[in-house]
Amino acid sequence: MVDNFDQIVMRTLEHISLVGVAIGLAILTGVPIGIAITQNEKAANIVLYVAAIMMTIPSIALFGIMIPVLSKVGHGIGYVPAVIAVLLYSQLPIIRNTYTAIHNVDPALREAARGMGMSSLQRLRMVEIPLAIPVIMGGVRSAVVMSIGIMAIAAYIGAGGLGTFISRGISQTDARQLITGAVAVSFLAIAADFFLVWLQSRLTPAGLKRA
Amino acid sequence: MIRLDNLTKIFETKEGTTVAADHVNMEVQEGEICILLGPSGCGKTTSLKMVNRIVPPTSGRVFLGGKDTTDYDTITLRRQIGYVIQQIGLFPNMTIEDNIGVVPRMLGWDRQRTAKRALELLEMVALDPAIFLKRYPKELSGGQQQRVGVARALAADPPVLLMDEPFGAIDPINREIIQDEFLKMQKQLGKTILFVSHDIDEAVKMGDKIAIFRAGKLEQFDTPDNVLAHPANSFIADFVGGDRTLKRLRLLTVGEVMDAEPPRVKADDSLSSALQLMNDTDYDNLIVVGPRGRAQGVVYRSVAEGRQGLCNDHHSGLKATVRESDDLRTAVSQMFAHDLTWLPVVDDEGFYKGYITQRGITHTLGRTYRDAEQGA
Ligand SMILES: Nc1ncnc2c1ncn2[C@@H]1O[C@H](COP(=O)(O)OP(=O)(O)OP(=O)(O)O)[C@@H](O)[C@H]1O
Ligand SMILES: [Mg+2]
Repeated sequence: MVDNFDQIVMRTLEHISLVGVAIGLAILTGVPIGIAITQNEKAANIVLYVAAIMMTIPSIALFGIMIPVLSKVGHGIGYVPAVIAVLLYSQLPIIRNTYTAIHNVDPALREAARGMGMSSLQRLRMVEIPLAIPVIMGGVRSAVVMSIGIMAIAAYIGAGGLGTFISRGISQTDARQLITGAVAVSFLAIAADFFLVWLQSRLTPAGLKRA
Repeated sequence: MIRLDNLTKIFETKEGTTVAADHVNMEVQEGEICILLGPSGCGKTTSLKMVNRIVPPTSGRVFLGGKDTTDYDTITLRRQIGYVIQQIGLFPNMTIEDNIGVVPRMLGWDRQRTAKRALELLEMVALDPAIFLKRYPKELSGGQQQRVGVARALAADPPVLLMDEPFGAIDPINREIIQDEFLKMQKQLGKTILFVSHDIDEAVKMGDKIAIFRAGKLEQFDTPDNVLAHPANSFIADFVGGDRTLKRLRLLTVGEVMDAEPPRVKADDSLSSALQLMNDTDYDNLIVVGPRGRAQGVVYRSVAEGRQGLCNDHHSGLKATVRESDDLRTAVSQMFAHDLTWLPVVDDEGFYKGYITQRGITHTLGRTYRDAEQGA
């Protein structure tokens, strides 16, 4: 029993670290892309289209595609493809929310900022990003919850995490393992969402919160 | 200080082209307030925004202090120009204090100086710093936000201000108050200001010059009194209103029109000497003053003719008085209210300063028409 508990904790941490790294990288790429495409409507349409297509690829298929490609660098299975897959899936919600949020900043505010002699970078830093934070965080939230689910499938390519219980449960027809894995994944998703709601409200500038 | 030279803006949209500014030429001197006036859509905002290059002109130039604005780097240019946009545009993520401090912070002022400036400016726009400094824009009424917008534009003490209907969201009573405050402030600061309005009364009150636009064209650029007294065409005459001559009453003070050395009688003068004085000076009534010169009452000709005795025993009370600094509108309003054709002018202590009559007012207002006739 103690042994089982240790296993669950270990797999949970593994899961968190996989999702954490993938989402971290997704934020570092998705937010700048989302901001960049506000400059050009055509580019925005293309990028959002590609990101949306990416979401439609079933995860199992994506892992399958990556095996031969990443084998060339010796990472056909395991951690690297799992992180890359989640990174790709997370782009759409993050890019789309960033783009929408920055795009929807009241033009009057942008004009006031320009009129005061702010450079575009100052405008982003002092006005546009703070105003966009709540919406960007919304994108991160959906990306995280989705990624926790997708990461469970990554156990099939040996990435570890809570999916290990599920895949073992299926192959060994062991309902206990299967249920443990499924429940743990759901709990993790719910807990992560609660944490992110809290974080979102922490990061939202006080002036934007509802009174 | 600000010169527009054939400034033109043509907007090309799917629905067609709009000429928002059509070869506009004008020059605003340092320290002057110029009001851009005209009906909605006539190009006031567009003309204003071409000065700080928020809107790039299609053709023509803007000079600031003799230098073409295209020779400035846009950021340097804009830091010298305070800008109050029509939509107010306070940053909702910042407190009022931080909103006011944006430009000072970008200019590298230290925290203490920036904070002190915000405090000072809030006081200047009549908002209590203790209440408002730490609030967020959404916690302010529209009018309060507008005042913060004005404070923010003044923060780094720019020599030039562009203000797009800065008092539009303020109720008429408070608007008068803040206009007065603003004028008082301007007396000390001497900024060069372009101020958009579509309210002729505001324009007359605030402007040293008024620029009236119609469909992108500058139709008249003149002093408020000239715009009211000599509208350049029927459009302007209609726009400034059929009561335009009455509006001119605001532009003159009692002090400018009154008789500053009116005859007067002392309380212990006799009625017969008062009558004599009236005959000599052609006045129909005389103000009775006390030993030190305070206005105490009035003796009418009919009384002086019909009775004997001292002025002190036969004068009537003063129904109304005005101050030298009051505008003529106030004076005329007092006259109408009390069925008088004249009023004594007194100072704050009640000392008799002058005498103003409806005839004197009519005469002064008519001078510009007589001059025009002679010139013609
Ligand atoms: N960005 C734009 N694109 C196309 N047309 C524009 C643009 N900005 C202004 N216009 C048009 O130019 C004309 C002048 O607009 P402007 O905003 O300068 O008017 P305004 O005098 O400030 O009016 P208001 O009193 O309503 O603020 C209008 O016909 C307007 O529709
Ligand atoms: Mg306008």
